Amino acid sequence: MSFLRALGRIRVLLKKEFLQTLRDPRTRFLLFGPPVIQMMVFGYAATLEVKHVAFAVLDHDNTQESRDFVAKLKASRYFTLEKYVRQKEDLRNGIDRGDFLIGVQIDSGFAQDLRGGKGAQVQVIVDSTNSNTALVGMGYVSQIGQAFAQEYSRQQMGRLSPATMNLVPKVELEERPWFNEGFESRWFFVPGVIGNLMLVLVLNLTAFAVVREREIGTLEQIMVTPIRRWEFILGKTLPFFLIGVFDATLVSLVGTLWFGVPFRGSVPLLAGSTMLFLLSSLGVGLFISTISANQQQAMVTAFFFIMPATTLSGFGTPISSMPPFFQKLTYLDPLRYYMIVLRSVYLKGVGLDVLWPQLAAMSVFAVVLLSVSVMRFHKSLD
Amino acid sequence: MSLRRILAIMRKEFTQIRRDPRSLAIIFVLPLVLLLIYGYAVNLDVKHVPLCVFDRDGTQDSQDLLKAFQATEYFDVVHVARNYREVVEKIDTGECEIAVVIPHDFSQDLREAGGTSVQAILDASDSNSANIALGYTQAIVAAYSNRVQVEWAQRRGLPAPASVLDVRPRTWFNEDLESMATIVPGVVALVMAVVGAFLTSLTISREWERGTMEQLISTPVKALEIQIGKLIPYFLIGMVDTAVCAAAGVALFRVPFRGSWAALFGSSALFLVAVLSLGYWMSVVAKSQLAASQMALVATFLPTFLLSGFLFPIDQMPVVVQGITRALPARYYVTILRDVFLKGTPVRMFASELVALSMYALVLVTLATRAFQKRLE
Repeated sequence: MSFLRALGRIRVLLKKEFLQTLRDPRTRFLLFGPPVIQMMVFGYAATLEVKHVAFAVLDHDNTQESRDFVAKLKASRYFTLEKYVRQKEDLRNGIDRGDFLIGVQIDSGFAQDLRGGKGAQVQVIVDSTNSNTALVGMGYVSQIGQAFAQEYSRQQMGRLSPATMNLVPKVELEERPWFNEGFESRWFFVPGVIGNLMLVLVLNLTAFAVVREREIGTLEQIMVTPIRRWEFILGKTLPFFLIGVFDATLVSLVGTLWFGVPFRGSVPLLAGSTMLFLLSSLGVGLFISTISANQQQAMVTAFFFIMPATTLSGFGTPISSMPPFFQKLTYLDPLRYYMIVLRSVYLKGVGLDVLWPQLAAMSVFAVVLLSVSVMRFHKSLD
Repeated sequence: MSLRRILAIMRKEFTQIRRDPRSLAIIFVLPLVLLLIYGYAVNLDVKHVPLCVFDRDGTQDSQDLLKAFQATEYFDVVHVARNYREVVEKIDTGECEIAVVIPHDFSQDLREAGGTSVQAILDASDSNSANIALGYTQAIVAAYSNRVQVEWAQRRGLPAPASVLDVRPRTWFNEDLESMATIVPGVVALVMAVVGAFLTSLTISREWERGTMEQLISTPVKALEIQIGKLIPYFLIGMVDTAVCAAAGVALFRVPFRGSWAALFGSSALFLVAVLSLGYWMSVVAKSQLAASQMALVATFLPTFLLSGFLFPIDQMPVVVQGITRALPARYYVTILRDVFLKGTPVRMFASELVALSMYALVLVTLATRAFQKRLE
């Protein structure tokens, strides 16, 4: 009987929360509009691809060979020829202004050196203000250069002595990129954006939940009703949990249907781990709510959590590239585990047998944080 | 307009900030925390990639090739697989990001058939890291292939096939390709955006929510005086933060500073005016602290993080999204900061960015002032 009564009380509180949250059209929009809009924009923005990089050519040689080399660069999807320049000064100024990122300088004697088998040189000037673009771009130039050189020497050798050409030993590399065959940057980042959006949404909602009642003074009113502590917390957080589940479904659909990210794993596994992640975010939010005296403090504290959490989750940059101390810190970040699950379920299609440690970690976070918050909540009322 | 009244408002605001430890934390701790976390943790360098090797040949030749993988800092050989199933497992669990498989007739083919191949299986879900790691793998295999060819030619007394094209890269502005040098100027913008918009949106909506704004208005102080008095403290704090971040970036992370300090502070002042007014405007438009700060966060933190070009290059985004970035003052600010820190270009090179920033500052100040006066009526 008492359980039924508790259920009844929770239902009443749930209704109040839903009404309070959904009554204001602005809040209503804030709940569902931004996640979808952000998903669209950030899904497009978050890419580390290096394609169609603008380059300029300073060709002092101006021979068939030098033009062939430039044509090879031009033909690749990585580079777009911005213009030919006449002097070194123009290369410098163009890169300074940001008109192009790469300047290719071919000195006179290029073709002669090639024909003589001495080995020719090309200078490639790269604007490395963005170190990643520079690194990847440089790699592509070298690859194209190697391919050009190999083909050239092959042709030359073929002319001189076709017989020996087939005997020269060589080792080739067969590439087998798994899970993301076309190296699509978007496939990697779109699932990550889902994790970020969920964290920000749920954390902000819950961090404010209890604090607002306390600040406005309605918390005392609720406390004089027969409602119990855990009933109150459940009634408070369940709406946010449901909103989170709804938004997660929404943005996941955008990821698959709009961005065409393959979904290779199981839907129940993703749904289950999403709920676990939402619960641990709720835990963090509630905890913040119990240690904050007013909404401003709650907001500030939530931000202090969100900012490192998104960075250390491995969303933008690989965890394995972080210094050892920061790698250890990432274990304290619930988003880290969810990020691995998201990407594994979407791209790798692996199952629970591989992902159970991540799910276990998120469960620990959820249980610990939620129980600590419930306990602290008691204290904060005294 | 009375200077005395503006000063009074300023003093009130400063006292409020001083008494709120968390505001103080945002002002003084956040910039440093952001700088440390982003500076150290946001690193796109690909080194020590966990590698799994599966040597089906087990000869001197295959071991020679694998030694080359062990010798570089780009790869860490963490597992030696005994069968293919292990390779699949290591890649699936993510323990290894790349696996090199050498076929069982590797050595024989190399010596008799004239050519052979090795397989590189990559976990390409992180396409960027995988791409860079693949580049390193290609270089190692190519170097090995070249060495084999030279030895082969020497044994036969033939001229060694030289590497015929030497691509000599010269990296400008960030010579060692440090991702820190790329990131730190962006972090300055991030700190400014957050401190500016976020704090102002909260302080002013709190006055509305608690009804203290009405008390303020009932005093002889004028709307514009409130606005100026409220914003100047945050402006000053923002400028101090800029200086602290820039100094820490140069001293701690060894980011070069090649431009002029005047350009840095000039553009920072413009950017601050823009984001402060944005926060002010939002706190006037939104009814509650919750809505105001949510709006400020949605409008500053994530867009600055993702759309300003500080981590993800703008020229790689679709045209529509590139258009959206033009609506962000942070985009121009990040460009200027990179110019000032790394390139050291003269001011005329980023004059158009300065003009854009000024325009945004002007528009946002007007919007905020108008909205505030309208709300008071």
